[in-house]
Amino acid sequence: MRRIICLTVMNRPGVLNRVTNLFSKRNYNIESISVGHSELEGMSRITCVIHVEDEKASEQITKQLNKQIDVIKVTDITDQSIVARELALIKVQSTPQTRNELYSLIEPFRASVIDVSKESMVIQITGESEKIEAFIELISPYGIKELARTGTTAFPRGTQRSAPPKQVSIL
Amino acid sequence: MLQGAALPEVKAENTRSITGSDLLLDALEREGVEVIFGYPGGAVLPIYDKIYSSKILHVLPRHEQGGIHAAEGYARISGKPGVVIATSGPGATNIVTGLADAMMDSLPLVVFTGQVATGVIGTDAFQEADVLGITTPITKYNYQVRKAEDIPKIVKEAFYIASSGRPGPVLIDIPKDIAAAPAEMQEEAEIHLPGYQPTKHPNYLQIRKLIEAVSKAKKPVILAGAGVLHAKAMHALKAYAEQQKLPVIHTLLGLGGFPAEHPLFIGMAGMHGCYTANMALSQCDLLINIGARFDDRLTGNLKHFAPHASVAHIDIDPAEIGKNVETLIPIVADAKEALQELVNGEGKPPVHDEWMKQLEEWQEEFPYHYDQTSLEVKPQKAMELIHSFTNGEAIVVTDVGQHQMWAAQYYRFNEANRWVTSGGLGTMGFGLPASIGAQLADPKRNVIAVLGDGGFQMCTQELAVIREMNLPIKIVVLNNQALGMVRQWQEIFYDSRFSHSKFSSQPSFVKLAEAYDIKGVLIDTKEQAENELKHLLTCNEPVLIDLRIDPNENVFPMIAPGKGLHEMEGVKP
Repeated sequence: MRRIICLTVMNRPGVLNRVTNLFSKRNYNIESISVGHSELEGMSRITCVIHVEDEKASEQITKQLNKQIDVIKVTDITDQSIVARELALIKVQSTPQTRNELYSLIEPFRASVIDVSKESMVIQITGESEKIEAFIELISPYGIKELARTGTTAFPRGTQRSAPPKQVSIL
Repeated sequence: MLQGAALPEVKAENTRSITGSDLLLDALEREGVEVIFGYPGGAVLPIYDKIYSSKILHVLPRHEQGGIHAAEGYARISGKPGVVIATSGPGATNIVTGLADAMMDSLPLVVFTGQVATGVIGTDAFQEADVLGITTPITKYNYQVRKAEDIPKIVKEAFYIASSGRPGPVLIDIPKDIAAAPAEMQEEAEIHLPGYQPTKHPNYLQIRKLIEAVSKAKKPVILAGAGVLHAKAMHALKAYAEQQKLPVIHTLLGLGGFPAEHPLFIGMAGMHGCYTANMALSQCDLLINIGARFDDRLTGNLKHFAPHASVAHIDIDPAEIGKNVETLIPIVADAKEALQELVNGEGKPPVHDEWMKQLEEWQEEFPYHYDQTSLEVKPQKAMELIHSFTNGEAIVVTDVGQHQMWAAQYYRFNEANRWVTSGGLGTMGFGLPASIGAQLADPKRNVIAVLGDGGFQMCTQELAVIREMNLPIKIVVLNNQALGMVRQWQEIFYDSRFSHSKFSSQPSFVKLAEAYDIKGVLIDTKEQAENELKHLLTCNEPVLIDLRIDPNENVFPMIAPGKGLHEMEGVKP
């Protein structure tokens, strides 16, 4: 099962190394990891998307992450109401003949073209991972020359559904 | 390491100016450090220049690995963090095994490594290694000092992290230029660790749940691990077990947490544990784990582990609860505080006469056994003699292998802080240096290093320290001229194909001891052992005893890998 885990960590040297090290040490499978500053000075936010066998495994990951000295907070937000976004840059082959066709695909996905050259264009798309997957599939017949994805970053919505979030902590 | 310093060369500082190294030694003194296990080298020269005039005792092992194992022995017996210094590069990589060992067995260490100067970090400079990268998975935490002024704060945090919560090793990597940089003495440093707040107090509701479960249990049992020792919860454990009349089982590392002579003590469980303890775990209906981590050598095949039991687990580390065994009553707490709460709860003791009778029957029918008629020295006999000649009061330090299991089975510990062994990592070569640390932590107590002939040869060089410091350690090498545990497994599981487990040639250990100016004695009959061991084990000088044991003896009972605790082999002669 796919889980999205959010961490707030102290912005200290080696903290990302500790987190990723933990994943390899405990044999966990990461799909993506994204890191950046948070609203608090000296704190960073890490969003990991992982694949685990069952809830027990995801609870174990949460606990192991929590144990790290530099980790302030860990939340498994998969079962919460969340906003999750990923950004992808795609350089796709385009000739004057196919350009219009590509534009017609770009529009419904609310993607945008940020660079055009004689033989290619660069498309920027943001959204949930599934949307990006779908878009990539759609334009791949035109010939993708380069592709870069940021990985998912996410946090809970301001208003939650009435169902309470799943408790992982046993404290 | 004798080689010179890393580039760029740091000029010898004026000894009168205050540097990062002064801050370091000042911080160590503030932490009350009594002994440093260290090995000098290029990158730590500025620090060693200050150690030259420090009051703290410095022990010079003959290999960095010996130094860190000695610090582990010190930490295990004293309960205080062991302090280690090693130089950059090879000095640092030589302590990696000890860090992993301390991490697995939750031993508090504060380890300093030198590093090349900040200007050349990352250039593959002489004696440079990425120590932070190498040690991240095997330390509780690690630092690299970037500014000399940070040293007091970092050292204070390191000691706090190493010794609080679930203890563990903390490493501080200090570049040479930082150690030599001018700095100002500071007032008491403040620590700032918002992400590290171990839960010490148990949750009241969970404590009530456990009290209720105990009162209803028919077949309850306590499994006590080293967490009891770290939390200094021996008295609380005894009080609780007596109040509720609960039988107590120990893990290998927990030995000494509960008196072996106590009527409620069952014995050690696990791969080579006693029949009663393993059967009790298999058949209990309530298992109260206090400070043990359900290691695979204890549980055997998890599918068959405690199948009828509700499990309660008291642990300071929440990540251990539910990691291997599903837990009904999780209690995140310091073992001592949780046990005190349980005692204060004054729950109704369980009605479990039948269970206690069953345990007693097993105890009588299936004790540890060996051939007592043999004229050769049986290792079990040797351990019984060692136990009786030291009145069961010595500190016993072991290496890893068959002798370790025999020591655990036959030396009955009535008190805490008498048992030093490498459990989780199973590090050969651990025993001899660890005995040095143990003796320094408790200078008046008799220290017996029970070693195998394999492990002894992995850190033999530390005999020099024993002589140099005149430590009256009794080294008993249970010599079967083989890597006994490997040989045993090859005999049982590989049709006696003894692939590289028997030594075809051994040095004379007696002569080796004499080369270090340590008395060496060879004992190869039972009669000789009975007559001579007592004197040798109680004299006040270091002795090495090359005790030739029956080379074909195996450790029993035993649970084969993949089997459950109830599938023990060799329970009867």
